[in-house]
Amino acid sequence: MKVSYYPGCSLHATGKEYDQSMKAVSRALNIELKEVDDWSCCGASSAHSTNFDLSIALSARNLINAEKDSMDVMVPCAACFNRFKMAEHHLKADKDLKAKIEGVVGAKYQGGIAIRNPIDIIYNEIGIDALSAKVVKPLAGLKPVSYYGCLLLRPPEVCEFENYENPFMLDKMMGAIGTDVKNWSYKTDCCGGSLSISKTAIVVDMCDKLMSAAREAGANCVVTACPLCMANLDMRPSSGLKLPVFYFTELISLAMGLDGSKETFKSHMFDPQPLLGQLQLI
Amino acid sequence: METFLEEVNKKIHGVPLQACYHCRKCTAGCPTASHMEYNPNKVIKMIQNGQRDKVLNSSTIWLCLSCETCITRCPNQVDIARMMDVLRQMAIESGVGAREKNILKFHQAFLAGIKRGGRINEPMMMAQYKLMSGDLFSDVTIAPGMFLKGKLSLLSPRTKDMKSVKNIFEKTKNI
Ligand code: SF4
Ligand code: SF4
Ligand code: SF4
Ligand code: SF4
Repeated sequence: MKVSYYPGCSLHATGKEYDQSMKAVSRALNIELKEVDDWSCCGASSAHSTNFDLSIALSARNLINAEKDSMDVMVPCAACFNRFKMAEHHLKADKDLKAKIEGVVGAKYQGGIAIRNPIDIIYNEIGIDALSAKVVKPLAGLKPVSYYGCLLLRPPEVCEFENYENPFMLDKMMGAIGTDVKNWSYKTDCCGGSLSISKTAIVVDMCDKLMSAAREAGANCVVTACPLCMANLDMRPSSGLKLPVFYFTELISLAMGLDGSKETFKSHMFDPQPLLGQLQLI
Repeated sequence: METFLEEVNKKIHGVPLQACYHCRKCTAGCPTASHMEYNPNKVIKMIQNGQRDKVLNSSTIWLCLSCETCITRCPNQVDIARMMDVLRQMAIESGVGAREKNILKFHQAFLAGIKRGGRINEPMMMAQYKLMSGDLFSDVTIAPGMFLKGKLSLLSPRTKDMKSVKNIFEKTKNI
């Protein structure tokens, strides 16, 4: 299949491992990615916290650019995904707002393409069987808890994510590549990402709580699908509590034995290589 | 004259706050409620009581993370996350400003970054935030490590059609 691809700012900087592994995995699963032309930032929480119209217009500019290619758009960053779904929701529900925003952006919004996150695309379009069929090295010994965070799931009428209080797609995928996924009740708890820089002390507490819960569940690592969750969980927990954190695509890439799959582990802030080495996975 | 409640409801443009029956489910699931001056459902009560200055001046509205847990679990679909956005915007527009100054400064540095290049250049945005907030020394131990790992690339490509981005800021009257 072929989809539009909106990397967002994070995937070009702090989230570069997500971009690299997403591209490798997509290639291996025959998902062709076409980057959205001349995209700009979605505005994230800074726009919607301070100026509603600005937040819708910044997202609309990108959706309108993506519409030119008439394909579903894959949005790997949970924060961007949430902003796009939110803009779509408001633009479809409110005609006056739509007219106003089209005036601001200077182009028409059609609303004809689906905004999708990669978990949904891989799980529902490629499927668990096709994914397991490509595994050459099951990741035995790795015990992740899957962490979905907030912005992929909430609010549910906007995000339309399956089983939003106890999601399972990521867990199933991690099982398919041979890991021993641990169950826990913090899958959808917030990690505090949006205040990571401006209110660090509160966020350290939130991350510590998540890491303690992951340890209690018997996990030796955490899997995420959001560059902001990654940055936060990789840097903010207190040193005694830290666990390696992976993008789900990095682990899929490793299990499929794709070229360059070991490279992205080198740039994590909390080095996952000792754990992977000890389990003879790298 | 419009009451504070009417004003907020109009801006939320959805389920009116009177639908709340104070079951406190929102507060029970809110990850930052324990750090807030007033709990999320208390803010609704205060709006109903017309306590405009207290609400707009509170740290609560800035400590909301927009995690959307409250609206997800509210039995009456009261959109507290949206309410917090509306209150922040009202605090800025009415000149009350932000009780949590650095949080607003972070947002301003972030938006200035988009206005400048269309995309966020993380090191530039952080430098601007640090200058604006005077918070120069936090994260000094993290930044060099990130730099060495190639995470803070100094040259991320800009959006080409910057005119369209600047227009969006112009026409939505950025703060
Ligand atoms: S999530 Fe953040 S950094 Fe990424 S595109 Fe959206 S705003 Fe820019
Ligand atoms: S970074 Fe944390 S707060 Fe932000 S979306 Fe991810 S889970 Fe939620
Ligand atoms: S969950 Fe809804 S009804 Fe219950 S207190 Fe909160 S806003 Fe009110
Ligand atoms: S959106 Fe804000 S108020 Fe609602 S639960 Fe999250 S942090 Fe609390």
